[in-house]
Amino acid sequence: MKRSDKKIITIVLAIVLLLIIVPLFALKGAEFGGSDDAGSQEIEAIAGEYEPWFTPVLEQLIGGELPGEVESLIFCVQTGIGVGIIAFLMGRLVERKKWEQLEK
Amino acid sequence: MTKLQKKSVILCAALSAAFAAAPVSNAMHIMEGYLPLQFCIAWGAVCVPFLVMGFFSIRNKLKENQRNITILAMSGAFIFVISSLKIPSVTGSCSHMTGTGLGAILFGPGAVSILGVIVLVFQAVLLAHGGLTTLGANTFSMAVAGPFLSYGIYKLCKKCRVNRRASVFLAAALGDLFTYCVTSIQLAVAYPSQQGGILASAGKFLAVFAPTQIPLAVIEGFLTMIIMITLENYAQSELKNVGYLEN
Repeated sequence: MKRSDKKIITIVLAIVLLLIIVPLFALKGAEFGGSDDAGSQEIEAIAGEYEPWFTPVLEQLIGGELPGEVESLIFCVQTGIGVGIIAFLMGRLVERKKWEQLEK
Repeated sequence: MTKLQKKSVILCAALSAAFAAAPVSNAMHIMEGYLPLQFCIAWGAVCVPFLVMGFFSIRNKLKENQRNITILAMSGAFIFVISSLKIPSVTGSCSHMTGTGLGAILFGPGAVSILGVIVLVFQAVLLAHGGLTTLGANTFSMAVAGPFLSYGIYKLCKKCRVNRRASVFLAAALGDLFTYCVTSIQLAVAYPSQQGGILASAGKFLAVFAPTQIPLAVIEGFLTMIIMITLENYAQSELKNVGYLEN
């Protein structure tokens, strides 16, 4: 990788980390609930009491809300699948470049 | 695209227009059961031609060159990762990004609609996040509207000779933001407020989503840029195949 590119990536990654970490420390005591939930509260503010007319399939099957721990498990599985694919392919590409350069 | 493929896309577009015309309506992840039935059907119908177009677009890209599958899989995986991360934002609530910009820039908006819908179904079924009834509306905002805007902005920047990486950043960030704008409008159309109607209602939903989403859009833009820089270094031949880099 070009040296200038490495520099850009490092700087940008640092900014990204700051953008994520700063709110966490700046807003002590904030709840950090999901903005999707904030959306449904807004619906209730506009339309009055609102009864969702359909419950998620999974919640119906297990007869209740998905436990928080299990939810974070499934979110991790999703991240894991994605990271796995990216890491596997990136590894191949990096290795390939190495071989190409050797052949030259 | 071949003639037959074009014909079927047009046919689907016509059918969906017929469906959507009945309740003329316009809804990021809207929760399961929070959208009235006719809106669910209308949004679902609107998405169909895009999904069909996406299916053919992916098939053609793979037929052109089997090796395109590497970065196609990578764009799909990127959406998977990015949309699973809930990130704290300045407003004190969490939201997540869409990750659709990368695929839209590399493969065009059609292909991303397929990748996006896979993620949305995964989250709707397993996570009770979004929902099956609101799948159509969520697909439209995240997998159709957002990517189309990203693609348009990227092409526009290219024409104006904006720096390539800056345009990748802009395309991904604005596409993310636009997804949430579309969601606000979708919710507003289903729930117009009693005073001021749809517009006032859209303003209210935007006020909930936008401040949370702006920093996240910036993060998404940066992350997309990082992936792009890495690909530019290690996957030059693939990027030339899909027309991102010049031969």
